[in-house]
Amino acid sequence: MTDTAAQEQNVQSKNRSLWGDVWVQFRSHKGAMLGMVVFGIILFGVTAGPYLWTIDPQYLDIRDKNQGISWKHPLGTDQLGRDLLAQLIHGGRVSVAVGLAAMLLSLVLGTFIGVLAGYFKRIDGPLMRLTDLFLALPILPLLLVIIMLFRDTLRNAFGPETGIFLLIVFIIGMTSWMQTARIVRGDVLALKEREFILAANSIGTPARRVILRHILPNIMSPIMVSATLGVATAIITESALSFLGLGFPSDFPTWGRLLFDGTTFIQQSPSRVIWPGLAISLTVLSVNFIGDGLRDALDPRIRGR
Amino acid sequence: MLNYTIRRLFFTIPTLLFISFVIFLILDMAPNDPTGNLPMTIPPEVRENIRKSLGLDAPMYVRYLLWCNQFFINEPLNLLYEWFDWCIGDCENRTRVRSWSTRSPVVDLIVERMPQTLWVVGMSYVVGILIALPIGVISAYKQYSWFDQIGTFISMIGFSVPTFFTGVLLIVIFSVWIDQDSWFWLPSIYDTTLVVDSWGNFWLQVRQMIMPVMVLALYNAAQLSRFMRASMLDNLSQDYVRTARAKGLKEKTVLLVHVLRNSMIPVVTVIALSVPQVFGGAIITEQIFRVNGLGQLLIIGIQGADIPLVQTLTFIFAVLIVLFNLVADILYGLLDPRIRYD
Repeated sequence: MTDTAAQEQNVQSKNRSLWGDVWVQFRSHKGAMLGMVVFGIILFGVTAGPYLWTIDPQYLDIRDKNQGISWKHPLGTDQLGRDLLAQLIHGGRVSVAVGLAAMLLSLVLGTFIGVLAGYFKRIDGPLMRLTDLFLALPILPLLLVIIMLFRDTLRNAFGPETGIFLLIVFIIGMTSWMQTARIVRGDVLALKEREFILAANSIGTPARRVILRHILPNIMSPIMVSATLGVATAIITESALSFLGLGFPSDFPTWGRLLFDGTTFIQQSPSRVIWPGLAISLTVLSVNFIGDGLRDALDPRIRGR
Repeated sequence: MLNYTIRRLFFTIPTLLFISFVIFLILDMAPNDPTGNLPMTIPPEVRENIRKSLGLDAPMYVRYLLWCNQFFINEPLNLLYEWFDWCIGDCENRTRVRSWSTRSPVVDLIVERMPQTLWVVGMSYVVGILIALPIGVISAYKQYSWFDQIGTFISMIGFSVPTFFTGVLLIVIFSVWIDQDSWFWLPSIYDTTLVVDSWGNFWLQVRQMIMPVMVLALYNAAQLSRFMRASMLDNLSQDYVRTARAKGLKEKTVLLVHVLRNSMIPVVTVIALSVPQVFGGAIITEQIFRVNGLGQLLIIGIQGADIPLVQTLTFIFAVLIVLFNLVADILYGLLDPRIRYD
């Protein structure tokens, strides 16, 4: 008995914070921890990879074409003798960058619209109708159409790499903010009725500061969960577009594009489709597991049990 | 309920009109020239004439209204004429939405390709539901058992691994690695010209459908089984379950009659809601297995800058989304007597 009491005191005396609690709960979720490790390795690989594996992904070595696994080329080479590992590393940079950037854009947009709709009653109706409209749009066909139509213009304006990157990030962000907006709006609507908001309003805090100081910190948890899910969907969407031949070009490949280019040579070297596909799947899987763990960790009903 | 349905149907008309306008606007804003794919040797004045013949010289709202007239009035009337021989107005010389690249009516192209898509998508959906429901029920009933743990893990993999990777992976395994004479070898290309007139051909048809159907089915099953599990868990802890057990009902009856029926309510609406997504996902699957369905038609249209075809197909996808949202809402009201919309 005294033992548990002493232990409790011990726990109490430690400085407990909200994020500390969240971390403790998060650590108990094995899948999430594993996902975190895998995602960390992938992030490290794509950021530090080009310095460790210094072969140029565009270097053609036609005598070494269609090679299998070897010391010189650990994952083999493609039909022009380009090193697959180097391509995978550079492609991963683009894929992960697109995922993160598109997620950020859709998160900012979704949070902005959700907070506005939840906090200001006057614009709630129109904004939510707009959200419904976006939800009713057939996203994949529209994405394909937009890329097809605007690709060349942006290529000319910003150069082949930046142009297509901006286009893809922009349209994925613009078409995936609706779920976040809905969740944020619901939470803001509930928070607005709480006493501390009333108190803030009664001492004359302007709406802008109420939102930044009192509302945004309290809706961090749903935002974080939709951020992780957003990364996963953005990476999948980008790969799907590249797979359909309407994403990044061959000379600037992402994982999806590598997979697409590999399907032509599926008879000769099946490993060319397996490695990029595995990379996409592992990234998405790890991000999804992190999201799962975060959802549990940030839910006060589950935490502390 | 009927009142509600009529009201909702009434609301879908302006929504759909607005969506069609948005799609038209996006296509029109595009800086690309639809004659850009034609050979460079065509003289500019001929090119101008081609543009005129495609109706591109008219202002934007005229072209939009023309498309609306063709799609919403002429096409349904034409279908009535072709299917039932009902002639309303001028049946023979009706202007229809025509594809720029093939010059044939878009609706004819769609009708031609609809069966393949419906077969693959429909079968995969049915198979997916058949896989997902038992898995969901068992993993909820035996929560935290090894079955549940493995099921959770597999369904996580199922919806994390994109269909374009599972599809390609299946091709590598079943079409490349396995010997062509083997019993397990499956064709990687879907042959639409195959006519099922004998058992041998029926067997071929089944074999070529296995891979595309399974790819989509596994993806659907992964999501659906999670919903089923969550919904079953919600119901298993309810008081009426304890009552049913206390009355001495068999466990099978409790589970399959009382709990299952109640937990199917949200699942059915989810099934209805994700039908349009499945059509969207079929675009990718059709591309992998070379099924010449609607998705492939869309890709061809996009690559050829065939604006009327793309406009019409995208709009049909939008109609599917709006329609199945409506179906889900109505089903929810019909199945759950606690929900009344009036």
